Amino acid sequence: MQTKSIKAQNLSKAYGPVEAVKNVSFDVRPGEIFGLIGPDGAGKTTLFRILTSLLLPDTGQASVDGLDVVQDYKLLRQRIGYMPGRFSLYQDLTVQENLQFFANVFGTTIEKNYALIRDIYVQLEPFKHRRAGALSGGMKQKLALCCALIHKPRVLFLDEPGTGVDPVSRKEFWEMLRRLRDSDITILVSTAYMDEAELCDRVALLQKGEILAIDTPQGITANYQRPLFAARSDDMYRLITDLRALEPGADCYAFGEYAHLALAATATRPTTSTRPTTSSRRTSNAIPKIQQYLETKGHTNIEVLNTTATIEDCFIELMHN
Amino acid sequence: MNRFFAFVLKEFRHIYRDRRTMLILFGMPVVQVLLFGFVLTNEVKDANIAVLDPSKDPASIRLTNKLVSSGYFRVAANLQSPEQLEPAFRNGSIKLALVFPPDFGHTLDHEGTAKIQLIGDASDPNTATTLINYANAIILNFQQEYAQSSLGAQQAPQPMILAESRMRYNPEEKAVFNFVPGVMTLILMLVSAMMTSITLAREKEMGTMEVLLVSPLKPLQIVLGKTAPYLALSFLNAVLVVLIGMLVFGMPMRGSFLLLGFECFLYMFVALSLGILISTRAQTQMAALFVSALSLMMPTIVLSGFIFPRESMPVFLQAVGTAFPATWFIPIVKGVMIKGVGLSYLWKETLVLVGMAVVFIGVSVRNFKSRLE
Repeated sequence: MQTKSIKAQNLSKAYGPVEAVKNVSFDVRPGEIFGLIGPDGAGKTTLFRILTSLLLPDTGQASVDGLDVVQDYKLLRQRIGYMPGRFSLYQDLTVQENLQFFANVFGTTIEKNYALIRDIYVQLEPFKHRRAGALSGGMKQKLALCCALIHKPRVLFLDEPGTGVDPVSRKEFWEMLRRLRDSDITILVSTAYMDEAELCDRVALLQKGEILAIDTPQGITANYQRPLFAARSDDMYRLITDLRALEPGADCYAFGEYAHLALAATATRPTTSTRPTTSSRRTSNAIPKIQQYLETKGHTNIEVLNTTATIEDCFIELMHN
Repeated sequence: MNRFFAFVLKEFRHIYRDRRTMLILFGMPVVQVLLFGFVLTNEVKDANIAVLDPSKDPASIRLTNKLVSSGYFRVAANLQSPEQLEPAFRNGSIKLALVFPPDFGHTLDHEGTAKIQLIGDASDPNTATTLINYANAIILNFQQEYAQSSLGAQQAPQPMILAESRMRYNPEEKAVFNFVPGVMTLILMLVSAMMTSITLAREKEMGTMEVLLVSPLKPLQIVLGKTAPYLALSFLNAVLVVLIGMLVFGMPMRGSFLLLGFECFLYMFVALSLGILISTRAQTQMAALFVSALSLMMPTIVLSGFIFPRESMPVFLQAVGTAFPATWFIPIVKGVMIKGVGLSYLWKETLVLVGMAVVFIGVSVRNFKSRLE
């Protein structure tokens, strides 16, 4: 009985002088949605290609569903489904022809595994005679998912499935992934969207080819140590520069319509515990101070709030260390 | 096997949905054959000539009539003085001028020799040479007739060697006999090699190759699945070209269709494997197109003997030419269609093509990566 669906050990890969992946190790448990989170160029696609046997790692070993990605690549390719970051179906074939083709390539039929893709395919059904190239971004993604699933893979690799897809379709897409997990398929998904990270069971934060942290999304946010505030005023650009000058170690960055301000944790940290009560008690008297500071800087319509850390805050924090 | 057929079916769909591919596949061969057929010809018919004949005696008139009745020449102008020659050549109305001396017949009858002048327009040297040769042959012929005829009867016939040449297989020296095999060779190379390399490069460019690789398809299945439809369509093309050659240009078919079919198939297979070889290197459709055009089309046209005779090339270029399948395929097509010979005469060329097929497909499949990079 194997306990790991994906096992990556000390993987490294360089393209010439550029080290795309540096000594990366992680495990994915069976039936888990595991997210590789990181900005463009973090090495996500390279990792995917190593794990789907498309690239050979320079060093390190990896196995997927118990099969070595280098030695057993032929067997492996029967058991995995892969959806590359770029839309990689035949644009001049219709929805149905694409699906039929991939079913045949994997030696199966649409009917055989229809149960698995039914939820997704019913949405595509009205367009089944439309050419794939003429579909919307969300529909393309659903079709690509169907094609990657048609042979009932044991492990599904989705490289940035949310890119170029509208928020509603993205939400639906993730609901589908959660349903798939219940059909006992392990899913490795990569994304640059931090909001998608919170939908994974566990995530690895990836930056410049290195893993910064691996944990559940809750675990990652709970580890956030610094007092965090959301602030806004009429002049957001100046607000950010001003807040950065608030005190040594203060960090401020745009976050939606607010700016997030992270104060230095070490200087005023009361205990090693990260219980929210501790931090809120400490921050309650910080808010008036910040407001006062901003008023002296001449800001108008100032709003300063307590806020809890998201994955993105954690990511920025980890990146700076 | 189901996998393979699914692949072939998909490929056919790509082809018939892409108007440009269809155009290249079927429009180009027809246009090329017709174009080459009507344009690329060094045959002479009804060439305009000028005659300057101050003697106007029975002998000169007879010679002029003989030239015209050959069908190669047509008298466009009867000139009165040598000064008129230059303007006639300049405005391009004549290709050749025939100049008689005064009292041509008299001199011929009494002295046994007479001179005439043939002036060609060598701004087009090939045509000029051809015309002069034709005219010379006719004049020689006239001379023999004249010697035997009553006009020159009193003169004892001089000993003469008559070289009677016959052009076998193509007595009328029709250019079609040369260009139909050539165009066929070119088109099959173009369609098979270029289209295959482009279609494989397209999968890379569109990112679909990545998905195909991460599937249980074997490299050989991918390669064969992609090329099989083109093999079938190329074969259709070969049939089309042969039919146009026979029906429109009167090309003979003296040998066996079966043998020709087999040889075409073999040649296309070589071309396809070259296409695959190119695509293992080229990452984009554009690159594939350029490489196949430069490395395959040019040598096929220039070095294979299609347009320029191989015998007159420098030895080095002849040697380079042997590396290209077209060089071996052209003699095969000519042999089967024009001479009607069988495999016993063409085994050497056939064997070379078989060897090339084995080597190229072997190298292609070896070079075909089952991974990226």
